[in-house]
Amino acid sequence: MRRSPHALAGALVLGLTLTACGGGGGTAGQSSGAPSAASDTTLLIWADQMRSATLKPFAEAFAEENGIKAEIVVVAQNQQQTFTTASQAGKGPDVIVGAHDWIGNLVQNGLIDPVQMTEEQLSGYVDVARKAVTYGGQVYGVPYAVESLALFRNTDLAPDAPESFEELVATGKKLKAAGKVEEIVGYPVSQQNGQSGDTYHLYPLYTSAGAHLFGTTPTGDPDPADLGVGTEESVAAFERIAELGEKGEGALKRSFTSDNAAAAFNEGKTAFMVAGPWRLADARKAGVEYDVTPVPGFKDAGPARPFVGVQSFFVASKGRNKALAQEFVTGTLASPEVARALFDAEPRMPALKQALEYAAGKDPDVAKFQAAAENGTPLPAIPQMVAIWVPFNTLIHSAVKGEPVPAAVAAAAEAIAGQLKQ
Amino acid sequence: MSTQRTRTGEGRGLPRPGDTGASRRGEAGTRGGSGETGERVRPQGSPGGPPARGRRARAVPARGWPGSPGAIAARFLVLGLIVAVALWAAAPLVSAGNWTGTAIVAVVTAAGMHVYLTPRRLPAKYLFPTTLLVLAFQVFPVVHTMSLALTNIGDGHLGTKQEAITAIETSSVRREPGSAEYRLTVAERDGELVFLLADGGRAYAGTAGGLRPLEGARLGPGGRVAAAEGYAVLTAAQASARGAEVTELAVPVEGGAIRSQGLSRAYRGRAELSYEAGCDCVRGPDPGAAAGSGAGTEAGAGQEGREKVWRADEKQGRFVAADGTALPQGWKVDVGLANLTAALTNPQVNAHFLGVFGWNVVYAVSVVALTAALGIALALALHHPRMRAVRVYRTLVVLPYAMPAFAMLLVWRDMFNTDFGLVNRMLGLEVDWLGEPLTARLSVLLVQLWLGFPYMFLIATGALQTIPSEYMEAAQVDGATAWHRFRKVTLPLLMLALAPLLVSSFAFNFNNFNGVFLVTAGGPFPADNPAVGATDLLITYTFRLAFGQQGAQYGLASAMSVYVYLIVAVLSIVSFRRTRVFQEVDR
Repeated sequence: MRRSPHALAGALVLGLTLTACGGGGGTAGQSSGAPSAASDTTLLIWADQMRSATLKPFAEAFAEENGIKAEIVVVAQNQQQTFTTASQAGKGPDVIVGAHDWIGNLVQNGLIDPVQMTEEQLSGYVDVARKAVTYGGQVYGVPYAVESLALFRNTDLAPDAPESFEELVATGKKLKAAGKVEEIVGYPVSQQNGQSGDTYHLYPLYTSAGAHLFGTTPTGDPDPADLGVGTEESVAAFERIAELGEKGEGALKRSFTSDNAAAAFNEGKTAFMVAGPWRLADARKAGVEYDVTPVPGFKDAGPARPFVGVQSFFVASKGRNKALAQEFVTGTLASPEVARALFDAEPRMPALKQALEYAAGKDPDVAKFQAAAENGTPLPAIPQMVAIWVPFNTLIHSAVKGEPVPAAVAAAAEAIAGQLKQ
Repeated sequence: MSTQRTRTGEGRGLPRPGDTGASRRGEAGTRGGSGETGERVRPQGSPGGPPARGRRARAVPARGWPGSPGAIAARFLVLGLIVAVALWAAAPLVSAGNWTGTAIVAVVTAAGMHVYLTPRRLPAKYLFPTTLLVLAFQVFPVVHTMSLALTNIGDGHLGTKQEAITAIETSSVRREPGSAEYRLTVAERDGELVFLLADGGRAYAGTAGGLRPLEGARLGPGGRVAAAEGYAVLTAAQASARGAEVTELAVPVEGGAIRSQGLSRAYRGRAELSYEAGCDCVRGPDPGAAAGSGAGTEAGAGQEGREKVWRADEKQGRFVAADGTALPQGWKVDVGLANLTAALTNPQVNAHFLGVFGWNVVYAVSVVALTAALGIALALALHHPRMRAVRVYRTLVVLPYAMPAFAMLLVWRDMFNTDFGLVNRMLGLEVDWLGEPLTARLSVLLVQLWLGFPYMFLIATGALQTIPSEYMEAAQVDGATAWHRFRKVTLPLLMLALAPLLVSSFAFNFNNFNGVFLVTAGGPFPADNPAVGATDLLITYTFRLAFGQQGAQYGLASAMSVYVYLIVAVLSIVSFRRTRVFQEVDR
């Protein structure tokens, strides 16, 4: 009879409908059931692939010590958004691994708790890491790795580190004229989608010319009331960037993304690349003779200040085991052992001084990246930063493309200010 | 007559007994005897047919219960499954006290039972699941979106006011500078939670009542209190089970309170901000003076002890001070039609609406026209009787359809790269494909043509099979040229099947977020106006507006999608009307 398959479909639909309806209400019941069975306590940790493999033994040891269970869930994509949605639905983790620039948004959404470390503990971290996880005078995360952009140089092609960006361009042009390379520099002007500029990568040059994004409040946070885009310095900075662009020197091109810049560098098609420590592994694998130095600034200008990103552990406000999570984060995860293990898994500069010594002894590139981060500023964690990205990305593209700079800067400034006002 | 035949043909092309004509079809089969329909029903009488088919055919008259015990068992199984699913869904709802949800489950289950347990109500048996599907996947999302559009939900306004207050107070707790750190043991006495604190060999017991010295405590490894008379030390799991109490307990001491930091440490800290229900406000020291919540940078720095008051603003859903600064943590409030009107009146939102809308229509129409033209042309070519190796060609043509569209879009994006892309390299060009408005628009159209034509090809191939060759022969005998035969016979019959699909394809491409966002991200953006790109569709424009700039603004995004929904609905209804497909099917 034809009925059975339809009844089946009906049952399926019923199930779908009911689970859809039940989604919202079901969580309260689950959480209220948890305390009755203490042995069921599970510390839930969200991390990316690399971190989850490294943290697993530590989480298991912690669980065993405390007579609980620990579970690490790999969240590979869209972590902040997923965390926000899941936490709001009561299904979020207790601990999440992420970047420090999430802090502002997570705090305004009430999703992470401060981490109360002693001054002694805090002094064990490098300054920039401590500064990055401090928001509104409060520490919100336990930092473990510091990363910033640096200049990769093919030492076979260019034995000497350039003093300024102009010198870099001159060397690159000479090599190109000699037919040794195809591109002057692998500078990721565009994001992966190719169609918007890359604020993160262009920021060092922008700051070298004396411009800034936000001022600083007395508490040390970026100040959205003091917008640097639209100032004379910012116009001057983009004029200099435009000189290097497609209608100028031809060093900066919109066709460069982080990926194809790395490919060009690893194949020896360019002698220079601006990239972060995450490109080290590929460069080594490609067998390029390379050196890492800070991103050079413009000639006769200030130093280039790259954004510094600090990878951190956060305690979720809406986790089910907040006390345990605090214990795990400030106890286990803040330990040098974890920092070392994380470094062994991926060569990123550790935030903990003790682990930094270990790492520097093991890998000479760590000290080079440390030097590159020296002039850097933490990526602003304030939620207002989201107003910057789109207009600033567009501004970068306009300038590199060779469109009139003052008008483009003014338009970007207007767009950002309009968003900030809302 | 022609419609009659086409309909039967359609039935064969799409073997989906989804309409209410199940019994009618059986009737027609027996009455008509021969023809395509008859063939389908023939196993009815053949005793050698497979058992499943036999059962199926016997039950078609649908009078009384079918005799086969297998069928009855299957029906009981399925009904049992429905009940099981219902109970499974109801259990958490009941335990959470969600009586509305429980009632919905009960009503739906009862309706399902009623429809499927009785042999009558044949139409309802088909309507029931489809209605549920429509409710669950069409009506509910639309209603939900519309209800979100009436709130300010978004970053900073996700939860309730109580959640915001908790977050404000929790994040304002500051460690006293230079204060000692205690080794903590969580214990209980008569069910009340107690902090057993150790500091430099001395032990204390702390409760919400205060801190007092603890006699007779034994210190364990790490200097923590391992046992104390009269107190039951909790294991980590037990303490964690009472985690909320542990994190909330503040032992009042002079100049602050001792709070737990995890389960083995405690510190002296002070909550700087506190909510007062009386004034519905939050009080605390001025953050401009010392370290604060980062919201304001008011003058008055250095004035220790200066107090600031943030009053609850139920319109904005946040605590606002007299100087206009607000605490970052807000809550969700109803804003009425503000989002819907903002979409119309806010110059930042609506200034570019017409331009984007225009391109959006051009994009959707062009994609449909191009894919349909190419698909039909290819289908006709392969339909030609003298065509060889049709299968190979068909496989090749359908290939783009079989590949994951997401990956292909990204591949196309990289192929359009000026310096490294395949397109420029192969053709030896220097075209800035995605950087100039015109070429960028051409590019997204080209990509969508490549992705979309196999679908049209498949449909057209299917529809071509149903056109009887007698028509062609008749036309040929009458002396019609190939063009005339196509124009006057093939195309009208094709369009009959294709028209509704063209309309739905239009609706799909009108909202083709991936097709644009993954290739150009809406760009290129003019230098003087970073808000709107040359290839922006309404949906990508809305997306950036809602999620790109001021963080996630779900309320505003919902309002915008309500408008997009209305536009698509109106356009679709108009075009359905124009193609008169509904009437054709209904007749």
